[in-house]
Amino acid sequence: MTFINTFATRVFYAIILLMAVLVLNFSLMHMAPGDVADTIAQSMGGADKEVLDAIRTDYGLDQPFLVQLGRYMGNVAQFDLGHSFFFNQPVTQLILERLPATLLLVISAQLLALFVGVVLGVYSARKPNGIVSHFVTFFALFGYSAPVFWTGILLLISFSLMIPILPVAGMRDVTIEGNFWVHFIDVARHLVLPMITLASIFLALYSRLSRATMMETLGSDYVRTAKAKGLSERQVVYKHALKNSLSPVITLAGLQFSAVVSGAVLVETVFSWPGLGTLAFQSIIARDTPTILGILFFSALVVIVGNLLTDLALRLVDPRVGGKG
Amino acid sequence: MIHNIKGLVATAVMASVLAAGSVTAEEPTQGGTLVTVLGSNVRNLNSAVQSGIVTGFPGAQLFASPLRYDENWDPQPYLAESWEVSEDGLSVTLNLVKNAKFHDGTPLTSKDVAFSVDVIKANHPFKSMFAPVETVETPDDHTAILKLSKPHPALMLAMSGQLMSIIPQHIYGDVAINEVKTHPRNNEGTVGSGPFKLVEYKSGEHVILERFDDFFIDGRPYLDKIVMRIITDPAARAIAYENGEVHFGAFESLPRIVNRLKKVDSLTVTPNGYGAIGPLDWLAMNTQKGPLADVRVRKAIAYAVDKNFVQNALMQGTAADSRTGIHPDSPFYNGDVETYDVDLDKANALLDEAGYAMDGDSRFSLTIDFGWPGVKPQVEYVKAALKKVGIDVEVRASADFPTWAKRMGEMDFDLSWDTVFNWGDPVIGVHRTYDSTNIGKGVWSNTQGYSNARVDELMAMAAVESDAEKRKALYAEFQQIIADELPVYHVNTLPYHTVYSDRIGNPPIGIWGTSTPIDMMYLKQ
Repeated sequence: MTFINTFATRVFYAIILLMAVLVLNFSLMHMAPGDVADTIAQSMGGADKEVLDAIRTDYGLDQPFLVQLGRYMGNVAQFDLGHSFFFNQPVTQLILERLPATLLLVISAQLLALFVGVVLGVYSARKPNGIVSHFVTFFALFGYSAPVFWTGILLLISFSLMIPILPVAGMRDVTIEGNFWVHFIDVARHLVLPMITLASIFLALYSRLSRATMMETLGSDYVRTAKAKGLSERQVVYKHALKNSLSPVITLAGLQFSAVVSGAVLVETVFSWPGLGTLAFQSIIARDTPTILGILFFSALVVIVGNLLTDLALRLVDPRVGGKG
Repeated sequence: MIHNIKGLVATAVMASVLAAGSVTAEEPTQGGTLVTVLGSNVRNLNSAVQSGIVTGFPGAQLFASPLRYDENWDPQPYLAESWEVSEDGLSVTLNLVKNAKFHDGTPLTSKDVAFSVDVIKANHPFKSMFAPVETVETPDDHTAILKLSKPHPALMLAMSGQLMSIIPQHIYGDVAINEVKTHPRNNEGTVGSGPFKLVEYKSGEHVILERFDDFFIDGRPYLDKIVMRIITDPAARAIAYENGEVHFGAFESLPRIVNRLKKVDSLTVTPNGYGAIGPLDWLAMNTQKGPLADVRVRKAIAYAVDKNFVQNALMQGTAADSRTGIHPDSPFYNGDVETYDVDLDKANALLDEAGYAMDGDSRFSLTIDFGWPGVKPQVEYVKAALKKVGIDVEVRASADFPTWAKRMGEMDFDLSWDTVFNWGDPVIGVHRTYDSTNIGKGVWSNTQGYSNARVDELMAMAAVESDAEKRKALYAEFQQIIADELPVYHVNTLPYHTVYSDRIGNPPIGIWGTSTPIDMMYLKQ
């Protein structure tokens, strides 16, 4: 059972990676001058020396580095990510409250980018020098090179202010009441702009790659054979060529998954999307070590799971992958 | 000085009602949901243990305090229907309203006041607020007597806004006093006696409050519900004001955004109402280090830095002039002090006199720090301005706030751009910067290492002076010395602005920003 084996090895490496992520980041955070007591004081408009010292004692920040590290890793081994200094909540609770929002954004943006990217890529591969192809190339590169926060604000100004059809910030409008579908539509409306913003970065990659692989596939022998058999253009492209040119795209999508997660930090901040990204941003600013490490832990998990799913997807489109021998 | 205000208060209330009436010229209407914003996540809703403007807004709606202040800095009754300060200034009697209840229906008594003072003393970061309060006597349920070790006029402001939130002993008294700051009911099931009660706080998303029907002031609050959305990005907030998604917001300080919102017809943008918050931007100078130890060098720097440029070009006209450590809106402000209109000849002469002769095009070099990216233009400007008088300035960026805070706290800097708040009475937020016993005790202490016996003496006298006029005179002299000796060069106020749509009636434009109950705010139909 190669798959099980691969899976076990993956998990083993994943755990080592997670530990390394935690120890390394804990050390880095510790090396930076200043600590969370300062940011707590900042959020309070200043504090006396005694108050600062009391905060440090409360959170064990006055202990030697190795003691702090040992204590932290000991807790993590018991699946306890600790208590956030800055947000005053258990880290696990804080993260689990926000994880769904991030997953919703990241997965929908990834799917959107993949779907639209592949459709555009295939279309322009069939007419590589057509006007649509050039337009797609331009548009994709534009999305790729524009900073996300700029794209986000631009979309906000366009669709929330000039043509006010979509909400500005957040994930839901708490003032509306109604059944499940009312709330579903509300969340969907809030999702549109952040999703497009995040997808815009990756659209370029997927459309360029699927265009290239599609063009290559279309030039290959078996496609010519299929055409010679008298199959229609449509059948050739969508039944034979597409499936074979998808695997590089899926591999890239898997590799890019971590980039999507980190892209979410900026997008969430611009749109006040209540996910891990805003939390990450705020906890880094606040130097809230337990929360940052907790988020890194969960993002690493998300990326690992994302990669495993990519593996599975590859097996589905291309039976040669992961076969015996 | 017996000071029973009942009669006066009635007149004052009448007057303020009349004043409010003449402005709005319409009856407040009951009902509606106010949508407003918080600029960052709330750490703690319990304002008895957490200070800061973000906690202040929900905190002042959830919890009532003994007093509230009008826009003329006059105390008004709130939980205390009247109050007396004894002749010797050593006891302050609060006569509480009889009908105040907490959100769970339990009556509020003087025991809760005594408990709250204990909790605030043990947990709140501003130790000077209640330091002289030794005990709180509770002769009956509606009388609380604060016994002081010395007269403490700062207590009046410290009993208002978010600074003295009365919290229920029956809820928060089940843990040790110093553990209330991590009480599970600070952010969930929070119970106070203010005009609004907590429905839900969702970290990173919103705080939702609804009308408390048993609020001790009849007929108030006017709003049924308040939704405080957490929107951290100022540009997104601006769009939300503009398209009407958010009706009201405070503490907007980005000049570009403030000026843009001013042009929107449906919005009112005002800098009024932040006097007691008292946010000031200044150029801090380490008086214990190198050339800056010489007051002539500090004066030369002030003459070389053009405040007009900072106020009008960098702050785009949104910020007011600031000359002393006290906010210009404060009754203690004395603007009649030494000012330093830009004068490069004077600056050069002072530097020569101090013994730093020009060598080529340079005299000596300094560093300048800043704690947040927003003030980078200011420090870059200082660098360019000081180059003109032969001072080479190196801009030292900090990776983040804690990095800068540590440098400041340890006095490891020459010059630094800083923003510090007054927090009501000068005893609370002003003394800390100039007190020679508070040198180098963390960020926002006396990080300039400034020491002047007369300044210490003036602050000590003002802290216990019960006579308002005499107190004002002491602070007037204090401000003259500060402006003359320049441990910091005061440049401008931080331009906090309140933004509200034309649907809003009675926006809070008192002295405490939104750290004040908005029981009088209403939505026009």
